[in-house]
Amino acid sequence: MAKVTFKEERCKGCGLCVSVCPKKILQLSKEKLNSKGYRPAEITRQEDCIACVFCATMCPDVVITVEK
Amino acid sequence: MIVFEKPKSLVDMPMHYCPGCTHGIIHRLVAEAIDELGIQHKTIGIASVGCSVFAYNYFDCDMVQAAHGRAPAVATGVKRANPENIVFTYQGDGDLASIGTAETVHAAARNENITIIFVNNAIYGMTGGQMAPTSLPGQVTQTSPYGRDTTQVGFPVKMCEMLSKVDGATYLERVAVNNVRNVRNAKKAIKKAFQNQVEGKGFSLIEVLSTCPTNWGKNPLDSLKWQEDNMTPYYPLGVYKDSTKEEK
Repeated sequence: MAKVTFKEERCKGCGLCVSVCPKKILQLSKEKLNSKGYRPAEITRQEDCIACVFCATMCPDVVITVEK
Repeated sequence: MIVFEKPKSLVDMPMHYCPGCTHGIIHRLVAEAIDELGIQHKTIGIASVGCSVFAYNYFDCDMVQAAHGRAPAVATGVKRANPENIVFTYQGDGDLASIGTAETVHAAARNENITIIFVNNAIYGMTGGQMAPTSLPGQVTQTSPYGRDTTQVGFPVKMCEMLSKVDGATYLERVAVNNVRNVRNAKKAIKKAFQNQVEGKGFSLIEVLSTCPTNWGKNPLDSLKWQEDNMTPYYPLGVYKDSTKEEK
């Protein structure tokens, strides 16, 4: 099953991954803050992920790992 | 099975770039190209002055920090002394297109067998958003608050177009990283630039249109859009010179 994981401490909350997700299942966290004070990206419905790697392709901080 | 993870040639540490700055994407593409060609053990990078000055912290290969604009000259020396090594420079527009224009043009004219990654974001990023030689006509910056006035300060320097007239240059391409498709094209271009060097074909320069959300005063997404709407028409993407084909 496709799986996307985020290194939340590295995320700067720029939202580029959220903007390119074709399934619209990413969001910037509404509750969490990382130690730098950014709202990290997170996945809302892991089961809908198709491992297209678009999010990881656009991520400037190599936060995302995609497994299939 | 992992389909995407951090490339090996990138050190596992946080980058200092602003949120949404596409420098990070370009770093990753360079590292991926190095990984895929299996040249990490013999690659030497030359960092420039500008936002990318700390590139030596992020690439897991030998790195040299050159004086402002002199990266192609340093790369020339490194490559000539160690011809078996793969030498690349990573420079911004304030470095390559401004103070380092002479070094760049002459490295191209000599057809030095090096790879140059030129990141163009149309502004001086590190020093706080002043007008760069690559700033667009009418672009508002810290030192052109009413927009770049071409009657006073002239027109932007288009490096790829300029270098395409230099006989020595081997491969020149301009790419962007504002959407997934363009990132993939950029990856191909960067890999080809390294491949050219491995095969001893000569001077390759890849100009990557980048963003500067902080100094453009835009959020990361608007920056990508601004880049596509304003920079791409002025700096058209594409291959400007490819003499590797003519040799066949």
